[in-house]
Amino acid sequence: MGNYIKLIALGGVMLFAALAANWGRDIAYIVHALIIMAVAAFMFVRVLRQMEAPVYATPDGYMDDVVRAGVIATGFWGVVGFLVGVVIAFQLAFPALNFEVLQPYGNFGRLRPLHTSAVIFAFGGNALIMSSFYIVQRTCGARLWGGNLAWFVFWGYNLFIVLAATGYLLGATQSKEYAEPEWYVDIWLTVVWLAFLAVFMGTIFKRVEKHIYVANWFLLSFIVTVAMLHLVNNLSIPVSIWGSKSVQVFSGVQDAMVQWWYGHNAVGFFLTAGFLGMMYYFVPKQAGRPVFSYKLSIIHFWALIFLYIWAGPHHLHYTALPDWASTLGMVFSIILWMPSWGGMINGLMTLQGAWDKLRTDPIIRMMVISLAFYGMSTFEGPMMSIRAVNSLSHYTDWTIGHVHSGALGWNGMITFSALYFLTPKLWGRAQMYSMSAINWHFWLATIGIILYAASMWVTGIMEGLMWREVDANGFLVNSFADTVSAKFPMYVVRGLGGVLYLGGALIMVWNMYMTIRGGAKVHAPVGVPAE
Amino acid sequence: MENTSLLSQMAENWMLLAMFTLFIGAILWALRPGTRALHRDTANIPFRNEDHPGSSETEELQK
Repeated sequence: MGNYIKLIALGGVMLFAALAANWGRDIAYIVHALIIMAVAAFMFVRVLRQMEAPVYATPDGYMDDVVRAGVIATGFWGVVGFLVGVVIAFQLAFPALNFEVLQPYGNFGRLRPLHTSAVIFAFGGNALIMSSFYIVQRTCGARLWGGNLAWFVFWGYNLFIVLAATGYLLGATQSKEYAEPEWYVDIWLTVVWLAFLAVFMGTIFKRVEKHIYVANWFLLSFIVTVAMLHLVNNLSIPVSIWGSKSVQVFSGVQDAMVQWWYGHNAVGFFLTAGFLGMMYYFVPKQAGRPVFSYKLSIIHFWALIFLYIWAGPHHLHYTALPDWASTLGMVFSIILWMPSWGGMINGLMTLQGAWDKLRTDPIIRMMVISLAFYGMSTFEGPMMSIRAVNSLSHYTDWTIGHVHSGALGWNGMITFSALYFLTPKLWGRAQMYSMSAINWHFWLATIGIILYAASMWVTGIMEGLMWREVDANGFLVNSFADTVSAKFPMYVVRGLGGVLYLGGALIMVWNMYMTIRGGAKVHAPVGVPAE
Repeated sequence: MENTSLLSQMAENWMLLAMFTLFIGAILWALRPGTRALHRDTANIPFRNEDHPGSSETEELQK
């Protein structure tokens, strides 16, 4: 019976998508309709072929095949996102790389959201989903709830990414930073995200452990808050059901405030709370000892939850936003420094009594540098949110440097170490194929981040100072183009940093491939994962 | 207009107080005495049920 309903629904989707492809008002919408039609047709045939297949009982063990798929997707999207990042970094340094034949699809304006979404939502999102699925099963002692719903989450989320990415290239965007996808893609993501929430909550409900481990608190807060942020920030009315264009419900400064309430909490709950959930599981596992202070982790959680949500207005200093609102955002940003550093100390001190592993285990080393970057960027952020500092830093490349020290350093490094932890475990290998390749990855990535962040500090502060420089008569000294040409060398350095970071990720993907294909070739004397 | 300002008054005072109390309460609850054993047990959850889903007895297993 269920299969008949599925077939009817998929047939309906196919019909609607065919109509949409025919009547679509813009190219992005038409291409998306064709993609959805193809996916629905594929699913139709798949369901049809399994109509008479016997229904097997749910296996007893953990549901790890979806986690394996997530590990592969994370590695793949990571390389794609970093590659696009390197391309646009060099496009800024050498504008000729906006090739004439590729216009308008290959220009900076369209590739830039492709880069940000690929690294945050494709690489980071897949990492979060797959590690949520892994962690919630282990710490609850229960198989994922909902059977194939977890597969729906995985494929549905990756379909969202494909729709978002092709949309940007074809010119469909609602121009909201980190929330560029248009209305129908937003609706699809909402459906997928609610399924994700259901799988996660369902697994927690059937746990055998009495208590919910702190990593799950962070992951759950990430899922719930992102759902709330996504719904409010994407309130829009489509111009036509046959087109991708939509109009925002909020306007003016309200729209700006909602956008940065979303934008900053996307950082706070997607890139911080979610990845802290990973940290609170993988760091203790790799170190082979429980988290330094469980009490501190609880306080870290509640402080982060209560404080982060107010910090958004610091993105809108010196705008039409009322002063009290931006002061509120600034004050909460500074208070946030405390729980952030509490969390960093908690993670680092987990290694107490196991500091020798820093010398011998490259995965631990990656986790430590990740926490160090977490600490650095959570110090830099509050400082930049102070109005006086912001008057210098805002709209300059300092902001870009800050974001990348957090994203490449904290999110990237903790994800790489999670991948190095999970790959051998999920494919039943003793350890990664090559431990020295992890070491290479570590150094390439670290040097890449340092080149990136240092060049952006220099160029950002230089740019800020040049913009505000006035002569004795009060006239501005520099034109905008002067700052652009002054920044050229730093842009090249930044691009090189990106190349190193991408090179490290390529080594990781090769290492993962070799690990999955066969066991370890060389026996490194050290670095055997815990247990 | 009256209603709006009344609501904003309540939000500014009572909601603020409620959120702050909740926040302080959560922290005090975490710090309440006599939880050392409980927290040690919870902190060790990642080291149980590594390969197979657990049964309810595993929670008695304490390192």
